[in-house]
Amino acid sequence: MPDRLITPLRNIGHRVIDRIWRLGVAARFFVTALTVSGESLRRFHLVIKEIYFTGVLSLIIILVSALFVGMVLGLQGYNTLQKYGSSEAVGVLVALSLVRELGPVVTALLFAGRAGTAITAEIGLMKATEQLSAMEMMAVNPVARVVAPRFWAGVISMPFLAAMFSMMGVFGGWLVAVPVIGIDDGAFWSQMQANVDFHEDIVNGVIKSCVFGVACTIIALFEGYDAPPTAEGVSRATTRTVVNSSLAVLGLDFVLTSFMIG
Amino acid sequence: MDRTTLDLWVGIFVAAGIAALIGLAMKVGNLTSTNIGETYTVQAAYENIGGLKVRAPVKSAGVVVGRVADIRFDNKKFEAVVTLNIDTSYQFPRDTIAAIFTSGLLGEQYVGLEAGAEDDMLKDGDKIESTQGAVVLEKLISQFLYNKASEGNGSEGGNSDKKAE
Repeated sequence: MPDRLITPLRNIGHRVIDRIWRLGVAARFFVTALTVSGESLRRFHLVIKEIYFTGVLSLIIILVSALFVGMVLGLQGYNTLQKYGSSEAVGVLVALSLVRELGPVVTALLFAGRAGTAITAEIGLMKATEQLSAMEMMAVNPVARVVAPRFWAGVISMPFLAAMFSMMGVFGGWLVAVPVIGIDDGAFWSQMQANVDFHEDIVNGVIKSCVFGVACTIIALFEGYDAPPTAEGVSRATTRTVVNSSLAVLGLDFVLTSFMIG
Repeated sequence: MDRTTLDLWVGIFVAAGIAALIGLAMKVGNLTSTNIGETYTVQAAYENIGGLKVRAPVKSAGVVVGRVADIRFDNKKFEAVVTLNIDTSYQFPRDTIAAIFTSGLLGEQYVGLEAGAEDDMLKDGDKIESTQGAVVLEKLISQFLYNKASEGNGSEGGNSDKKAE
């Protein structure tokens, strides 16, 4: 058997096993973070501090992007709907696309870029400077003290951020449609209210954003906790956080949508 | 940053998030229009309900007076039984007709109530006797085509008969 054939096959096998192994470690890490979170939820000020860093500080980028996304949706929607003589339906188009898809998904992508990278870099650096080992030496469980509060902060922040994104996006769409283009205000809102369902659209959007919150936060935490304790390792882990979070969000979005619509 | 300012900011954040959720539910969604106070339920049986869905509006003279609460299939009579929740402030005579209409050419389907003339009003748990099911477009078209075809055959047949004579 030629060596040229065996080596690539062995590489593929090694990579597959490595991926699956990492997935298993990540799952165990997730379970560990959940089992110790009772302790950190009792000391809730730790979670509040992390909500400030992941949620409050992400607000500006979330709100500004939402405004522009909503305004673009309004313009594009008006442009297309006008051809069919139903330009009042632009409110429905903006609201449904924001509440169902863009709100949760774009918020999760921005959240991974804004808060996820910060979490990974912080924990990776904590590990590189042996702060986590120091905690263990002092009989403080680093997962309970560092990981669990950040996890709950991310999970709590995400639905609120997504709701604010959707609301701000609808406002952006209104801004373009009503004062700028001159669509009737009443028709804009009444068509929207007639076609956006509370359970099917809004609640499903909130469920999506909760799932994305769990996925993004746990990926960021795991990549940081698992990063090799070097400058290069931390930088690679940060990159992996963004890539993996984005892929996970888009993949999960398809799965969730197919369940909700089907 | 000390703890009180931190708490304040997080409090503002959470309050704004909840406000956004409530705003979405009230201003963007239909939560306000679905809660129509006290309702009474009546049932109506149809041989075909077309695309009627649960939570579709029940309208009378174009005004929403209730919602479709439940749709079941009666396996004994082989017809659809639709349960309607109607606002108690709207009373309808017992011989009201409940028909299924489509709003616009491609719009959603709704139940339209056409008030009758009787003095007795519908009560909770009553059954509407006179109903009219959904118009199925395919049936109409096939009926039309069938009529056309039989007309065509009839005239042709007549001609051939004449020739035979």
